Amino acid sequence: MLSVEAVSKTFGGVQALRSASLSCAAGEILGLIGPNGAGKSTLVNAIAGVLKPDAGSVKLAGNEITGHGPEHCARAGVGRTFQTIRLFRDLTVRQNVEVAHITCRSVRPDVAARIGVDRLLAQYQLDGFADVPAGTLSYGSQRRLEIARALALGPLLLLLDEPAAGLNEDESETLAVAIEGIRRDVGCATIVIDHDLRFINRLCDRLCVMDQGQVIASGQTEEVWRDPRVIEVYVGQSETS
Amino acid sequence: MDYALQQLLNALAFGAEYSLVALGLAVVFSIMGLVNFAHGEIIGVSAYSVFLAAALGLTSPIVAVLLAIAAAALAAVAFERVAFRPVRYAPTTTGLLTAFGVSIVVQNLFMLLISPKPQSVSILNGLNQMWFFGPFAVSSLQVMELIVSGLTILALVLFLNRSTLGLAIRAASRDFATVRLMGIRANRVIATAFAISGALAGIAAVFIMARRGSVSPDLGFSLVLKAFVACVIGGFGSLPGAAVGGMLLGFIEVGLLVALPQEYGGFKDALTYVIIVALLVYRPEGLLGQRVELGDKEI
Repeated sequence: MLSVEAVSKTFGGVQALRSASLSCAAGEILGLIGPNGAGKSTLVNAIAGVLKPDAGSVKLAGNEITGHGPEHCARAGVGRTFQTIRLFRDLTVRQNVEVAHITCRSVRPDVAARIGVDRLLAQYQLDGFADVPAGTLSYGSQRRLEIARALALGPLLLLLDEPAAGLNEDESETLAVAIEGIRRDVGCATIVIDHDLRFINRLCDRLCVMDQGQVIASGQTEEVWRDPRVIEVYVGQSETS
Repeated sequence: MDYALQQLLNALAFGAEYSLVALGLAVVFSIMGLVNFAHGEIIGVSAYSVFLAAALGLTSPIVAVLLAIAAAALAAVAFERVAFRPVRYAPTTTGLLTAFGVSIVVQNLFMLLISPKPQSVSILNGLNQMWFFGPFAVSSLQVMELIVSGLTILALVLFLNRSTLGLAIRAASRDFATVRLMGIRANRVIATAFAISGALAGIAAVFIMARRGSVSPDLGFSLVLKAFVACVIGGFGSLPGAAVGGMLLGFIEVGLLVALPQEYGGFKDALTYVIIVALLVYRPEGLLGQRVELGDKEI
């Protein structure tokens, strides 16, 4: 479904991405992890069209979307949530979801008819708050609303940037169940970035580990955790801290 | 009683006109963060279109009104496409300077291609008559200005709240970058915002032409400055704020004209700004604007 080939990006003198490659199949949940500054968010921004890579290619369902801009990537099927919640705070919960559903109705009408705004709101326990401003929701509900809004696009690829940040253990578990539900119901490729390794290990089929702009390991979860480079990045880090 | 009613109508009519033009500024600012000082030249394009059509033999006031609105909407979209789109993601000051540049270029084109002197346009004079309601005589133009502005603002509110494109525009006015990540086409949303802004300017141009009976290259400039002030009073970027700010400015101006002795009439503008400054000291974010957290800078 998603194929990222040798993507590089430099900001001034800092090389944020160095020939990073990864892939994610339909129905798969891929964990993208790494220490702060590893290039995870830069890579996600390159996939979502927010950043134009200096080199490399991003293909979704075989279509080239490299550097095509955020609108084109969203219309091609890239849905995303954000590290810092970015809802339209004074629009209602329903209107937040409807904004993304406009695109889905335009580019994937069959999917739009199937998912429906009301269904998404009910699925994410937001139907009771449909007509209140999104900014008045609790933090956990805002996180769920961001996911519901991303799904209203009818995405082929869902990018979840630190979805469990700030959630307690129970809320993280509820969120993990919801993300597994996405795999079952929508079948899209899902990439999850998070620092909560317990959450990542519980949820993801495969892991992709980044450090200093490079993908240093990629594969099945257990296999990746045995990789010496990953151990060095994580264990070495915890020793120094 | 007659005098009080007349002054009330004056205030409402001036306020309605300021509100229309201020809404045009606010629609664009809320999405692009651009203070479009070339908005006055959109009013100018609208007025000169009617002037040229009349010179070519147009006699129908209804067609003239439709032409004024269409020309303004087209001019606004053209300004966006030619001048503002290339600097869309540039710093705010670049957009501001571009707007001033467009304003100067278009004003000079009016002077070079038509005339630097005011030109008579009489086709809309019929809108400006006296209507008699029992003992009261009122200006038809002011009544129409009030009703048409009210209906236009109502239509705008309905469009923004009930239509799909309206929802996209409202979302874009909150967070343009996120709206693009939802797959909403930025060009379409911005072009629609400029078209709305232009149509509002076109409606204002009809009333200005009907009142003045002439067009001149700087026709809309002073009105845009007033509209800018109205936006600041209401809270820049807030659409309800622009409407409320315009109306309040109309009431302040007319109220001062009524209250000041004739020999102090020249102080009207100065006192208007004193009142506005006092208002902004009390509410720096404007009446309906949102306060921005400034951290240490608030001290």
